[in-house]
Amino acid sequence: MTDRQIMTDDEIRRAIVRISHEIVEKQAGTQGLALVGIQRRGVPLARRIAGAIEEHEGVRVPVGALDITFYRDDLSLVAQQPIVKGTDLPFDLNGATVVLVDDVLYTGRTIRCAMDALIDFGRPRAIRLAVLIDRGHRELPIRADHVGKNVPTSREEIVKVHVAETDGRDEVSISRRASAAEPAAGNQ
Amino acid sequence: MTTETEAAVAAAARTAGQGQGAVWHHRHLLDLDVVSWPEIELIMRTTDEMKGILARPIRKVPALNGRRVTTLFYEASTRTRVSFETAARNLSADVVSVSTATSSVTKGESLVDTIRTLEALGAEILVMRHSVSGAPYLAADVFGGHVLNGGDGWHAHPTQALLDLYTMRQHLPGGDLHGRKVVIVGDILHSRVARSNIWSLTAAGADLWLCGPATLLRGMDRWATAWGGGAIPGHGRFHVTSDLTEALRDADVVMALRIQRERMQGGLLPSLREYAARFGLTAERVAQARPEAIVMHPGPMNEGVEIAPDVAISGRAVITEQVTNGVAVRMALLYLLAGSHEAAHAGDVPR
Repeated sequence: MTDRQIMTDDEIRRAIVRISHEIVEKQAGTQGLALVGIQRRGVPLARRIAGAIEEHEGVRVPVGALDITFYRDDLSLVAQQPIVKGTDLPFDLNGATVVLVDDVLYTGRTIRCAMDALIDFGRPRAIRLAVLIDRGHRELPIRADHVGKNVPTSREEIVKVHVAETDGRDEVSISRRASAAEPAAGNQ
Repeated sequence: MTTETEAAVAAAARTAGQGQGAVWHHRHLLDLDVVSWPEIELIMRTTDEMKGILARPIRKVPALNGRRVTTLFYEASTRTRVSFETAARNLSADVVSVSTATSSVTKGESLVDTIRTLEALGAEILVMRHSVSGAPYLAADVFGGHVLNGGDGWHAHPTQALLDLYTMRQHLPGGDLHGRKVVIVGDILHSRVARSNIWSLTAAGADLWLCGPATLLRGMDRWATAWGGGAIPGHGRFHVTSDLTEALRDADVVMALRIQRERMQGGLLPSLREYAARFGLTAERVAQARPEAIVMHPGPMNEGVEIAPDVAISGRAVITEQVTNGVAVRMALLYLLAGSHEAAHAGDVPR
């Protein structure tokens, strides 16, 4: 299995800054804006985007964390129940424009779960989607509003996002699955 | 290394170990004797998440959508049964509730036949209560799905012990039971709640005391000293006494058990009045415990017998919290069991 780097730490930083500008531009300000990261790596990415928005707009946008484990449609397919990582939405969703943040957009199933989960907490005015990597292969009619980098991939490849907060470094790499038997859960 | 760094490292290790590494591999939950401490931590962590769901405007997630949960209760119960059914519905499972009083059991159908019939009708998870100790083990032998013990005879009530543990952790600083004095007072002999609690509380490192009239402690002293020095990892010694004052002194947790009139044969107790006079938890007696001690009871209560009415509703009592936590713990267990598959099963063989 060979790892190939597709984004450096600088490229990740610039992508986050650009996404933060796009989000504010699309919303025409920061009024009613909230960021919700999907556990796990969406959460630090959401915090960084909020940090970038604060830097250029001077406004602190609320950030939440969403765990979608209980909303997955493949619970009967995995060998063990996934560990739940915690949901924390410290603001009122009703009427807010919620930007979901995740590391990799792949089949779209995670995002569908996230939308189901969000709507159980209230009725946002709009839900948008920001991802660091869009690797294609959608199985549902879902598209991202803000993309850090589009990466054409094959299904046999694994895209791995590392963030300093949990992995000690910022990097996106791509590798080929060693064998077909390797479980897909947790890797995108 | 300074003590402070050591403490920080230990705390980090504890956090990292909180169910992070553990995976659930039990097909059934019959008692806590085969459940390891990391697995109990995993249950506690999953329960935290379930508590979060109970605090939401919509208390329902689709985790067990389409899974079929059947409750089969051969003994009267309100809270355990309603708690399990609420838990299953909160996870979007389909719930079938069999009441043996109105079922073919009254026509003489055997337990094994009933279970085979329920399986043929589509049951995947069977929650069972039976007056005979060990009945769920027989059920687990013949049932193709998962069996969850909702209480069997005098033997075990694992979900009660887990909700008790969860409630204690909520109230003790740092959620740590190590060295904390936990006293269980009452009818230990007939108590499946006490027996399951012995496994989990000794595994948690609590200083466990069982207290009651000598007739209702029969056999416990031998168990209490059976394993010294960690012969069985995670399970340890506990104290057995009829001296209520000694048991209550500086206790952190006081748990009263129900005097089970239906299981009380002649001669074990002179009278309920005498029991209440000697062992009933009154405000004066509870005052011997630590000022911040909590008072627990698995319910249903005989107020004025094992617990005085003013103690049951005092600020120290966490009895209604136990009931609420019960739903969350059972959600966690249904969730974990539903995700365990044939290939992963191990260590479920009864002792």
